[in-house]
Amino acid sequence: MKISFPRMGTSYIAFKHLIEHLGHECIVPPAPSSKTLNLGVKHSPEFACIPFKVLTGTYLEALELGADTLITSGGVGPCRAGLYGMLHQKILQNLGYDFQMLVFEPPLLYLTDFISKLRKILKPNKISWHRFYKELKTAWQKLMILDDVEILSHRIRPYELIKGSTTSAFNNCLSLINEADSPEEIARSKESCADILNSIPQDKTRQPLRVGIIGEIYVVLEPFMNLEIEKILGELGVSTHRSIYLTQWARNNTIINTEGGIRKAAYPYLTRMIGGHGINSLGETVLYAKNRFDGVVQVAPFTCIPEIVAKSILPRVSKDLGIPVLSLTIDEQTGKAGVQTRLEAFVDLLRQKRLMEGSIYAGVPGN
Amino acid sequence: MPIIGFPRTLFYYTYWPFWNTFFQGIGFQVLRSPATTKQILDCGIRETVSDACVPIKIYHGHVMALSSQIDYLFCPRLVSVDNLSTFCPKFLGLPEMIRYTIPNLPDIIEIDIDLKKGPLELWKICLGLAKSYGCSTAQAFKSFYSSMINQQAFFKLLHQGYRPEIAFDILFEKVPATVPKQEPRLNIAVLGYPYQVYDSFISCNLIHNLEKLGVKVWTMEMIPEQNLRAYQKHLPKRLFWHYSNRVIWSLYYYLKQNSMDGVIHITAFGCGPDAMVDKLMELEIKKLAKEKPFMSLTIDEHSGEAGLLTRLEAFVDMIAFRRRVS
Repeated sequence: MKISFPRMGTSYIAFKHLIEHLGHECIVPPAPSSKTLNLGVKHSPEFACIPFKVLTGTYLEALELGADTLITSGGVGPCRAGLYGMLHQKILQNLGYDFQMLVFEPPLLYLTDFISKLRKILKPNKISWHRFYKELKTAWQKLMILDDVEILSHRIRPYELIKGSTTSAFNNCLSLINEADSPEEIARSKESCADILNSIPQDKTRQPLRVGIIGEIYVVLEPFMNLEIEKILGELGVSTHRSIYLTQWARNNTIINTEGGIRKAAYPYLTRMIGGHGINSLGETVLYAKNRFDGVVQVAPFTCIPEIVAKSILPRVSKDLGIPVLSLTIDEQTGKAGVQTRLEAFVDLLRQKRLMEGSIYAGVPGN
Repeated sequence: MPIIGFPRTLFYYTYWPFWNTFFQGIGFQVLRSPATTKQILDCGIRETVSDACVPIKIYHGHVMALSSQIDYLFCPRLVSVDNLSTFCPKFLGLPEMIRYTIPNLPDIIEIDIDLKKGPLELWKICLGLAKSYGCSTAQAFKSFYSSMINQQAFFKLLHQGYRPEIAFDILFEKVPATVPKQEPRLNIAVLGYPYQVYDSFISCNLIHNLEKLGVKVWTMEMIPEQNLRAYQKHLPKRLFWHYSNRVIWSLYYYLKQNSMDGVIHITAFGCGPDAMVDKLMELEIKKLAKEKPFMSLTIDEHSGEAGLLTRLEAFVDMIAFRRRVS
């Protein structure tokens, strides 16, 4: 089988590893570009969110490259993303493509469905369950390392002496991880990545602003869609933090459904799950405020229902807890220069705020 | 008597008889907001986040129109009414959206209506409500019972083809039920959420305009429950949202009726679920009934009646023309 899948940040490296080790050909989905987006917009419903449109484009590109099987995840709602598999399949079939689509639903709710779909992948190459488990573990290890390295890069970027050096070092790390094959090599690649990143010339005396990034998972994870917001902020000298990573999300949502801390933090403002990352956006803002972050940036796709609900409650959270929030709504019309300008203005305001608060505290005895 | 406010939009068109009867039965005066006007819409637009859909903006406007005249605002969190689906996430976050965006609100009666929890859930909710306002169990039950009767009577009137507002008048104002005498030229199914189809302001008098063009309008409320449910397995995966499921099911139902000449889907600009529903309708019609005319109408706060009318006329003319040719 020639298998392809949605591309989400750097995770494709781990998925490629898994698919190849299960004996299939992996069609790595090309990095989303404006061509992908144009293709997607052409064939998607007008009011679908940008992740849907980019995925349509990605699938079309992957099918053109020869993929015959698409793997994606399902969901139980009420966020629309759970239905994307079905609708994508219908749209692509309507365009005349011949392929099979395997939509993996949460295994705890639909166990038989999950296993039968898995069997379709394992059977052709006679992979045993034991072997599958081992390969899955290695791929998971790769995924964790990818996230760890990314977290480290975001931590280092605001201190870099030469603008852009972190990004190019990070790209070197990615190809290093991509080449690592056995579990030992993967573990070793992590150390060498840490060395590469730590050897970037840094100015440790800086005191960067700290900004939390919240919003819908796909827009937060895929740099093409959020217009590399973490890179822009990092190069403006801001240390960014986000609590959404694929490994974290998967750990919390697919196996057991507990996000106790975040949900509890959101409780005064929203008491119910509203799908997607709506309640997370509120809870994380509260937690960022409590941890004395300087500000929060919300990135949400246009027409994303859970984020709209969150967005209408966020001003109150911001006022109650005194944390500035910038909401960015992203669709296919969003331009990078516009986002950059807004981020620069936001960062200027945060810097001003910190300066003011600093001088206020300086006047208080004991400070 | 304390006054309880009920905004005249969203689930008003489906569940008003129940809640009106129930609150009157436990000693409230129930006040619904006036029909949507430009002013209500403008107020809503001013307060709501810009990317919310127009029905949500209108809901905010209705709440603001009511808020000075009432003691309590009835704004439940409508989660589910059966175990098949939930409501749109905007319904789930509605009480919070209202509370944190509109200043100077009266007390909000914010209850979770989540009927998939069990068959007695609605009674438990109602009993809890009645108790918290000092009613006896007997009175609560009496009120609950007549509410159920009224709601059933309302659904029956809808199945007979009455519009919700007319059915409300028949139920509560005792206006005699009259059968509209009309020789329809065409039959068109107008599908969409009740708060878009029946709100004549936001739909720019769509139903009225269609009737003036000699069209008999069929909506999803006219289909009895069991006929709708017959189609629940037609999609490989059931949709997550209550009203969206019903739109899709009623599409299947009307596609089976040979007398149906065309389908119009009304959707609000930026409606999340409808992004899925509209495309699905388009693809399903293409697959199941290739020659059935289909038009999707998007409404928003800037919709003008003239533009809409032109499109309706063109649609109706086209169908009439096709009929003449064949």
